[in-house]
Amino acid sequence: MTSDVPLWEVFVRPRRGLAHTHAGSLHAPDADMALRHARDLYTRRQEGVSIWVVPAAEITASSPDEKDSFFDPAADKIYRHPTFYELPEGVAHL
Amino acid sequence: MPAVAGAERLLGEVEEAEAALREAAERALDGEASFDAVIAADQKIEPRDAMPDAYRAGLIRQIAQHAHSEIIGMQPEGNWISRAPSLRRKAILLAKVQDEAGHGLYLYAAAETLGVSRAELDTALLTGKQKYSSIFNYPTLSWADMGAIGWLVDGAAIVNQVPLCRCSYGPYARAMIRVCKEESFHQRQGYQSLYVLAQGTPEQRAMAQDAVDRWWYPSLAMFGPPDADSTHSAQSMAWKVKRFSNDELRQRFVDMCVPQAEILGVTLPDPNLTWNELRGHYDYTSPDFDELMRVVKGDGPCSRQRLAHRNRAHEDGAWVREAAAAYAAKKNRKVMA
Repeated sequence: MTSDVPLWEVFVRPRRGLAHTHAGSLHAPDADMALRHARDLYTRRQEGVSIWVVPAAEITASSPDEKDSFFDPAADKIYRHPTFYELPEGVAHL
Repeated sequence: MPAVAGAERLLGEVEEAEAALREAAERALDGEASFDAVIAADQKIEPRDAMPDAYRAGLIRQIAQHAHSEIIGMQPEGNWISRAPSLRRKAILLAKVQDEAGHGLYLYAAAETLGVSRAELDTALLTGKQKYSSIFNYPTLSWADMGAIGWLVDGAAIVNQVPLCRCSYGPYARAMIRVCKEESFHQRQGYQSLYVLAQGTPEQRAMAQDAVDRWWYPSLAMFGPPDADSTHSAQSMAWKVKRFSNDELRQRFVDMCVPQAEILGVTLPDPNLTWNELRGHYDYTSPDFDELMRVVKGDGPCSRQRLAHRNRAHEDGAWVREAAAAYAAKKNRKVMA
């Protein structure tokens, strides 16, 4: 059975200059196999120039239940955006 | 080869679904993002969100069945890899079968985000507890079947799957966008392969026609029972998992295929196939739904063979899984030491 085969998350950099983005996940016994499977599964049509595989068990994720309390502190700090500041007319390059 | 009507349009719809997914993600939800609010706003439900038990269970059933279909779907075509008429056709067929394995894996991964394990899914397929598409229980008797499957079976699958790119469950929608983009190559290669035969010798033309005769009605049956008898449809539509009814999609498929068959120069095996000016659609003969139910229940021409083959492949691969696990454990011990 495949129950003990670890789950890996796959991140692919599509082209030079772009960040790695999450492509999907797969099961593999170790990192080398995960990388090879990721190549066969997610880059069959030249979708990537670089792959990261990360053991899913090693990812710490924020909880959707605490989404509000976790992210709310940023909601009332509109002064962090440049649009908060009104400028006198005629000011350029600012 | 003449242009295939419909293929561009379907690919365009996949692109639109992808754009809609990005656009919906940009729209802010007012207030609390409850399950119903997210569905109403046409946004996506994501793996760890709260969702009704029936939504979760229904999706697991549907995605798993879809994944199993991709895995079993490798067999009818795998049957012809070693007998492909040229190296080019062989390479194409290999790539297609490899894609199907890939599609099965994208879908298993999507199902697993709902809290079911891969081992449970594997077991459900191997024991016959969960079903796969009944189309794969029909035999592939000639090389022309590779063309007919690509054109009709993959064509029907795409018509079914394009609306799933807009499914309310994020991981399923994203997997389907990927699958549909790759699937369009399957349909086109099939059509082109059949076109070559249909332009060939009288024997080749007869082989193409015979394949179309055998695959037409099973392909129509892929859209499932008629709307009146469909058990899961209404709730599935309300939750935006499903976007069109079985009969709507079947009609769409028939309307697409008729002009494609004319260009191919093959006859669709239905004497009642006529344009209905009033409806703006083709009238057609329904597939034999009693036969569909028999095949779904495990009494198709190849049902036992397909499942037995899958079980044998799984058992024959056990030593590979064990060796890979042993090697990983050995490397882990070295790291620890």
